[in-house]
Formats: sequence, C-alpha cells, structure tokens
Amino acid sequence: MNYISPVLWQFLQHWMSNFPLFPPEASKIAPQMDALFFFMVLVSLVGLTIVILLVLSFSILYNKTRHPHATQIEGSTLLEATWTIIPLGLFLIMFVWGALLYFRVYTPPANAMNIYVVGKQWMWKVEHPGGQHEINELHVPEGVPVQLTLISQDVFHSFSIPAFRVKREAIPGRYTSVWFEATRPGTYHLFCTQYCGTNHSQMIGHVVVMTPDDYKKWLAGSTSGNSLAQNGERLFASLSCNACHNNTPDARGPNLANVYGSSITLSSGERVRVDDAFLRSAILDPSENVKQGFVPIMPTYQGQISEEGVISLVEYIKHLDSNYRIQQTLNTTQLLPSSEGQPAPSGNAAASGEVKQ
Amino acid sequence: MSTATIVSLPDQSTARVPKMNFLTRENGLLSWLLTGDHKRIATLYLISITFFFFIGGALAGLIRLELLTPQSDLLAMDTYNKVFTMHGIIMIFFFLVPSVPATLGNFLIPMMVGAKDLALPKINLLSWYLYMIAGVMAIYTMIAGGVDTGWTFTTPLSTHYLNTHVISTGLAIFVAGFSSIFTGLNFIVTIHKMRCPGMTWFRLPLFVWSNYAASILMVLGTPVLAITLVLIVLERTVGIGVFDPAKGGDPLLFQHLFWFYSHPAVYIMILPGMGVISEVVSTFSRKRVFGYTAVAFSSVAIAVFGFFVWAHHMFIMGISNYAALVFSLLTMLVAVPSAIKIFNWAFTLYKGSITFETPMLYAFGFMGLFTIGGMTGVFLGATGTDIHLTETYFIVAHFHFVMVGGMLMAFLSGIHFWWPKWTGRMYPEKISQFAAVTTFIGFNLTFFPQFILGMLGMPRRYASYPPEFQVLNVFSTAGATVLGVGYLLPILYLTWSLKYGAVAGDNPWQATGLEWMTQSPPLTENFPQIPVMDHEAYDYEWLERQQQQEVASV
Amino acid sequence: MSDTTITANRAATETESAHHPAHPSFQRHHFESVSQQFDATNFAMWLFLLTEIMFFGGLFTSYLIMRNWYYPAFVEGSHHLSIFWGTTNTAVLITSSFTMAMSVYSAQMKQKGKLVMYLVLTFILGLAFLCIKGIEWHGEWVDHHVPGLRFSDADFLNPKLDADVYKEYHDAPLSPEMAQNTEEYFFLYFAMTGMHALHMIVGIGLLGFIIFRARQGAYTSGHVTFVENFGLYWHFVDVIWIFLYPLLYLISRHT
Repeated sequence: MNYISPVLWQFLQHWMSNFPLFPPEASKIAPQMDALFFFMVLVSLVGLTIVILLVLSFSILYNKTRHPHATQIEGSTLLEATWTIIPLGLFLIMFVWGALLYFRVYTPPANAMNIYVVGKQWMWKVEHPGGQHEINELHVPEGVPVQLTLISQDVFHSFSIPAFRVKREAIPGRYTSVWFEATRPGTYHLFCTQYCGTNHSQMIGHVVVMTPDDYKKWLAGSTSGNSLAQNGERLFASLSCNACHNNTPDARGPNLANVYGSSITLSSGERVRVDDAFLRSAILDPSENVKQGFVPIMPTYQGQISEEGVISLVEYIKHLDSNYRIQQTLNTTQLLPSSEGQPAPSGNAAASGEVKQ
Repeated sequence: MSTATIVSLPDQSTARVPKMNFLTRENGLLSWLLTGDHKRIATLYLISITFFFFIGGALAGLIRLELLTPQSDLLAMDTYNKVFTMHGIIMIFFFLVPSVPATLGNFLIPMMVGAKDLALPKINLLSWYLYMIAGVMAIYTMIAGGVDTGWTFTTPLSTHYLNTHVISTGLAIFVAGFSSIFTGLNFIVTIHKMRCPGMTWFRLPLFVWSNYAASILMVLGTPVLAITLVLIVLERTVGIGVFDPAKGGDPLLFQHLFWFYSHPAVYIMILPGMGVISEVVSTFSRKRVFGYTAVAFSSVAIAVFGFFVWAHHMFIMGISNYAALVFSLLTMLVAVPSAIKIFNWAFTLYKGSITFETPMLYAFGFMGLFTIGGMTGVFLGATGTDIHLTETYFIVAHFHFVMVGGMLMAFLSGIHFWWPKWTGRMYPEKISQFAAVTTFIGFNLTFFPQFILGMLGMPRRYASYPPEFQVLNVFSTAGATVLGVGYLLPILYLTWSLKYGAVAGDNPWQATGLEWMTQSPPLTENFPQIPVMDHEAYDYEWLERQQQQEVASV
Repeated sequence: MSDTTITANRAATETESAHHPAHPSFQRHHFESVSQQFDATNFAMWLFLLTEIMFFGGLFTSYLIMRNWYYPAFVEGSHHLSIFWGTTNTAVLITSSFTMAMSVYSAQMKQKGKLVMYLVLTFILGLAFLCIKGIEWHGEWVDHHVPGLRFSDADFLNPKLDADVYKEYHDAPLSPEMAQNTEEYFFLYFAMTGMHALHMIVGIGLLGFIIFRARQGAYTSGHVTFVENFGLYWHFVDVIWIFLYPLLYLISRHT
C-alpha cells in the first residue's frame, strides 16, 4: 500500500486508529458548554428533519404525475405565526442559556489564582505569580480556578484551549481575562486562533493539567528564584517608584499599600476601581489617572517597560498590604549597586529632582 | 423521481431563436464595451464573475491540497496565508457580492418590473467598469506578490506588521465597493420609479423584493467599508494612528467599522439568492409562493436587523459583556426571518404539482444546506457557545454552508432557470441534474467534516495542524475534488448549449413573471410595448387562461 | 405558442420604431416620460447623497469616540485652527449655495445669460473656498500640525510657544500623553476637511463641464434635471461643511 500512495496509506492507518470526533471535556465549564451545544444540535436536527420531511413528503405526494393540478393557496397567518414564534422561542432559550455561560466564562471568581499571558508574534509567554516562566506551555493544577490575564505586545492573538471550551483574544494595549477550572489531568492543545501573521499556525502549545501534588513539584522545580512580585519589587526600586510612592507625610505619590481592589477618586472627579487594567494605565498613562489631591508629575513609562515588566509591577502592587515592603524596597535600593545610573535616593528627601517633566 | 416535466418547448424542427434580440442587435467589441443595455451589462458581469469564481476556486483547491497533510509542505506558510487571503477577497468581493445582483438582478429586474432598462444605464455600465478596474487591481496584487492580511484586514496586523500589498488590495476593494453601491442604487431607483402600469409593490416578484432589500444594504453599508479602507491605507502610508494603540488609537474601532459593513455584506450575498429560490420553487410547484407578504417582509426585516448585529463578530474580543448580550439578542432576532422563509418555501410545495428539473434540484439543495448553515449560525450567535466555536473550522463550515451551500446553489439554480431566457436555448437536462447532485454530495463531503473539526478546536487559517485532525481534513479535500467537478460541468455544458441546446421559446417553464412574456433572448428594449400588469404575481391560473385564449384565437 | 408570439413581437418592434412619439431630445429612450426621467434621476441623487452621509458617517463616528476619550487634546487642537478663515470659508460656501440655487432657478426660467453668470459665480466661490482651505492647511504645515508627515506636539506641551493662541485662550500645558493625542485630532481634522475638499474638487470639475454645456444652451430648453441634481450635490457638500465647521472650529471655543 505504502508504495501506491503514502497519503492513502497514512489515511487508512489513521482510520484504523480511531480518530477523535469530540474533544475531551477537561474543565468545569466544558460539560455545561457541551450541554448547550447538544441542545442546539438537537434543535437543529429536529428543524432539519422537519424541513426534509416536509420537502420529501410534499415531493412524493404532490409530484406532477400524482397531482397534475396545483391547488392555489394564499398562505396561512396561523402557520406563519407558528413558525415565527416557535423558532423565536427556541432562539431566545439559546440566547439566555448562552449568555449565562458567557458571563460565567468571563467573570472570574474572587479566589482564582492569577496567571499572566503575554502574546507576541508567534509565541505565548506565560508568567506565573511564583516567577515561573513558560513559553508555549501552561501548567495548571487540577481543581483550582485559574484566571488568565491576557495582553498582546503586538497584534491581536487569541488564546484558545478547546478541551476547556474557553478562548479569549489577547489585545494590544489592554488586559482581557478568562478563567477555567481544570478537572482532568492531562496534556491539551493550546492554539492561537486569531490570525496573526506568517507563523500563525506555529503559535501553538500545550496546556498541562497536573494533580495538585505534581503541580507543587513542578512549581518548585521550575522556579527562577524570584516570584513575579519580587521581580516587580526590583523594578519598582530600579525605576525609583519608591521616591514618591513611599507613604511618608510629604510623599508626592499616593500610598500604594492595599490600593488594589479599592475605589479611588481621580482628579477629574471620576471614581474608579483599582484593578489590573487601572494599574496598567496608571503606569503607562499616569497624567490621565491622577488621584485626587496629587499633582500630575509622574512621567509616563510607555515604551520603557515591557509588558512583562508592567505585569510584575502590577503583581507587586497587588500584594502590597503594608508599607513595610516599600520601606524594605527603599533599603534594597540603597544596597543596589546602581539603578538606571541614577544616584540611589537616601530617604525620601533626596528623591526630588528625579521626576522628569 | 418522476419523469414528468413542465418544460414545453416549441416544435424543434421549425423553431428558431429569434434573429432580432439583444445579443444580435449590434455587433463588434465596442458595441459591448459601450453598451447601456442592462442585459448586455449582465452578460459582461456573468463572464467576469465566472472568471473570478474560477480563480477563487483554484485558490480554494490549493488550500484543500495543502491541508491534506498536517505539515505545511505543499505551500510555505506565508504562501498559504496569501492563498487563503486572496481566496477570501476574490470570492467575497469579486464573486459573492456581485454574483446574483449584478448578473441575474441586472438581467431580470427591469424585465420583472416591466421597464425597458434600469433607470441609470450609464451608471450601470460604470459599475461594471469599476468592478473590472478593481478586479485588475486585485489580480495585479496577486501577481506582484500577494497580500496576507486575511480578508478581514485585522488591525494592527494589516497596518503595522505586514509588508505585503495591503494598499493595492485595499484600494481594489474600495473601487469594487463603489461598483456595488452603484448597482444597489440603480436597483432601488428602478424598483421605485420604473414599474410598469399595474405593477404595485405587492405584485412584484419576490426576487425583486429580496434584491431591493440587498440594495438597501449595499447603499448604506458599503460606504462605511470604503471609508474604513481609506483609513487603513492612510494608516499605512502616512501613519495617522486611528487604529494604532501606540498613538492613542483603537484597533477595536476598526473592528466595529469593518463589521458594520461586513456583517450586512453576508446578507447582501444571501438575500438575492433567496429571491431566486422563491421564483424557482413557485414555478416548479405551479403555485403562488406560500405567504407572499411574509416572505417579502422577511427580506426587509433581514435588511433592517442585519445592520444591528455586527458586534457578534467580537464576542471574545473584549467588548463589554453587556454589549455582547445586546448583540447576541439581536442576532437571535435576525435568525427568525430566515426560518420563516424556509418554512414558506417548504409549504409552497404543499398541494402543488411538482417537477424536478435542475433549478428545482439546486433549490432543494439550497433549502437543506441553508437550514444547516442558518442553524449553525445560531450556535455562533449565542454568546456562550461562540466562545468555543468562533475562530475555528466551525465558523468556516458555517460560512461556507450559507455562502456556498446557500448562495452558490441559488446562483446555479438561477442561472439554469433563466438560461433559456438569456440565450434562447435550453441547457441539457440530464447532465445538469447529474451536476446538481454531484455538487450537493461534494459540498457535504467537503464542509460537513469541518463542523466536527471546529468542535474539536482546529483553528482556521492554519497552514499546519495537529496530526489527529488529518482524517477529517482528507475527507474534506476529497469532497472538494467532487465539488470541483460539480462546478466545472456547468461551464462545459452551458457553453455547449449556446450552439446545440434546444430552442427554448418564450416561456419553457410556463412561468408567470413578466420576463417570460417576451421573446428569448429578449429585445434590447425588453418588450415590444410596455406591459400592463393586470394580475397578481405567481398567478398560474391567469397564465392558463391566457394560454387557452391563445389556442382559441389560433 | 412561441412561434406565433415571436413573429408577433417582431412585427411589434417594427411598428414601434415607426410610431415613436415626438419626445424631447433629452429624454432617454428607456423612460416613458420626461417626468419619470426627472423623478428617477432625482431620487437616485438623493440615494447617492445617502451613501455619502454613510461615508462621512464613519469619520464622524471616529471623531465622536476620540473626542470623548481625548477631550482636552481636542479642545486645544481646535484652538490652533483659525476661526477667521473658518468663518470666512463658511460664508463663502453659503454664498455659493445661494448662487447655485439661483442658477437652478435661472435654468427653470430658461434664462441662459443669468444661468451662466450664476454658475460662474458658484465656480469662483468654490475655488475661493479651496484657496482659503489651502491657506489654512499651509498654516498647519508651518506650525508642524500635519499628522504623520510633519507633526510635533511642542505647542501643546508648552502653549506659550504659540503666542497668538496663548493670548486668546491661556491654555494650560497638556500632559505628554495627552499632547500626543492632539495628533488624532489633527488627523481627523485633515481627514474630514480633506474628504470634504475632495468633494469640492469633484464638484468644481463638474461645474466647469456644466458651464460649458450651459453656454451651448443645453439646460435652458426645459431640461434642468442635471443642473438640479448637481445643485443637490453642491448643497450637500455645503451641509457637510456646516457640520464640520462647528465640530472642528467652534464647540471648543470657550476660554
């Protein structure tokens, strides 16, 4: 066979080895999604069967040989109403059911562990809070809600895990998020599904779901030594953020401890909730996000920090529950050999003059 | 199936195609290139869109061949990207959008409303020239090295990250857009102002209604695409930054503007096809279309709702959850008129007197495939399942079920149905029935496996894919081969029939439309004198009385 | 059936060409009557203007969204436009609409001399509009306010650089990020006025053709459709400007 046609041979081999017709259900949402899917398949099949039966039976009953003279019928309001209202009702059921799922997939629970994903042409860079760094791979524990915060550093990408039935686009310039809870250990496909240029079809990888124990082992085995927050702390120091954000009485920047999740008033009078997206824009676009009572003196960091850098800063600020850490940072800064070529500020008074206009 | 037929041809030993008709009225290339006759322009369109259809089809063949194996081996990845991009652009902007309106619509609408020509013949010719200019630009793009943005031109990919011929493609589509604006404008004016005496709105054939609805979409939607493409071109040439997040622009704004046209565009493509099906189903079951008003208004409803569903292309792009909710609800509403149409066509058969000539076979194909295509659209319109199914082969399959299974079937149905009117000669019946069945089988084999592939999660626009998807892809490619044969056959036998087909006479199908009341092929001015419409559309009893009178008078 | 009808049809065609009623020469063959021709072309023109509205609609939408996001940048950007030239141009354009209306009236009254005069006036006013627009654009070029090609946000980071504007508005300096966004404002300014100017150029070209034909007396023999439809186009382009002028020049004028 092989010498006749390798393609045919390959095909037959695959045929034998029973190719998949349905993707694995490996997340909590997957069975719920599939339930709706099968409901829709059922409705479609019923609808299609009705149409086929109508066409077929009429074709047999009323073909020209059997029924040479057509009876003219104008129409029927009752029938029109029937096939307007019944499909509409079914579609509305699908709409509500679908919307419930949609809100579930895109509303992460509060206790979800957060993993950051940065898309770029043509790879996925995954940043775990513990500082583990992966490319085109994502290791997650079983039975724990995991929230992904996605961003792209160039074009639109889309993070798709078919086995989990979740997908979200990674967009340049803003965070998007999606969450899932894996239920079955195993290795699953990870695809980029938004066309993103030449090697779009190479932007694939694997999602590895592990039992909690394995996951712990993996975490320990692949840590880079610093957690994401620690990286953020370093960056915080090297960019001299602590020069202003240090919670001293005459600090020129607002206090950052416990700021995450709170509501603050901006100088424009608008009230905003501090979340990942707000922190990101406050770093990159500070003068539009000035807290009430402060002067817009912070320079923009647009183009100076990579998306991963922003992520680690965000992660750092998120976990700041006291100013103790910032004080620590101040000390580290003094210990650092040289940060960005600028003199290490000693105490808060020396911090002036560093804010470039 | 029964061999009974409705066809009544004149006595072949004496019958001749009338010497004086729109095809023979003037000769020479110039008389064609400078013509104002809607039927000649329709003929020009028919030839040119067939040409583009085969280019697009050849590209589709390349795509399917490449996907025969999981690796990217036949085509390099960037070539593959260019191939699917050009396939999409050519098929959508150069085939599907002008297919039924610019050929059959152009040919038939003036005759159906009882006019001598479209209201603006010169504009009609201009629109063909614009189409050709756009086509030449598209082909230039292909020869010069192609473009790999995908037909959706997603920013910032298309504006900042690719160095292929985005500008010439954008301008080509811009020009093609104006061609379709002018066609739509011409139809609306003609339908409003050129109806013959007695031709009230509710005596119009449903083909005219559906083209009217599609024209509204063309006239209102296409300019938005035009300005969007201008912005893309400016973004690439000058770097203005409306869609560039680095400069304060917003790539999602592009998505909104693009889909504001491109969603209604799918209704531009399908609505005229639905018009064809109404005509064909009615004629071959000898019955007035069931629920004429419902079918007519469902076309208009699709046109109106069609404008308010565009963001369902963006459910996973990070638009607000509540926006997704609204657009999903509206999407569900737009699905209803399509369901209404399907059931009305099915019930038109009830107590009819049905025959199964080729146009009817294609129409049956349409009804089945469009039902599947429409229902799977609901899968994607429901926000929840959309998350999993969008951007996979599921959406490819859905789109092709509606566009190829729906629109192309309708187009072929219409071409066969009006072929005798157009050329004065019949196509050969047996082989064309064979072609219709081949197309149906080939189509299902090609695109049904893609639903499963999509459910499995295979992303679209992939030059290579994980090996476990291969079997289904091989099925799909095998089906595409069958489908290719199904599309080649009509070209061959229709060309053959130009010379050897049986002489058709005025009204081979015993149909009731005004276009059948004149000779085939028609005179340049369509009717010897402007007809008076004194009966309802699809009034077969009127036709019978008419024929009895004629027999009596002879 | 068909054979008989075919011969009947043929006979009908022959007689038809013989008994063609005396139509005016400008009535196109496929229309039943002059009024149908007028109705149809007039309706077509309105539809075309509708597509034009949708065309500009894309730009207006972008303007609306961006203005909402970058309000301060839009305010300061508009301070750098010349209200004097803007107002003059509005006046020029409205006057040209008046002369256009008068030319349609003269065509209806079959007064060839007046028609040509008003058309020429419209033509001149149209050119004047474009010249003034050119002066303004030149000013923006000098000030480095042309996005993409020649742009600098210095004026917005430090408003005192442009003393004239500063004297009038006392603008506070924008933050660097916001100052960057003035480029979006100027881009929309150029896109919108540029699209409008393009329509003016097309209009002026057509106007030249109409003047040429009018001098031959083509529109004073009862066939006013073309002049009327062109008038609609001209008024439409005018109306677009009536929207552009306040949006770009006026609504941020308060100091």
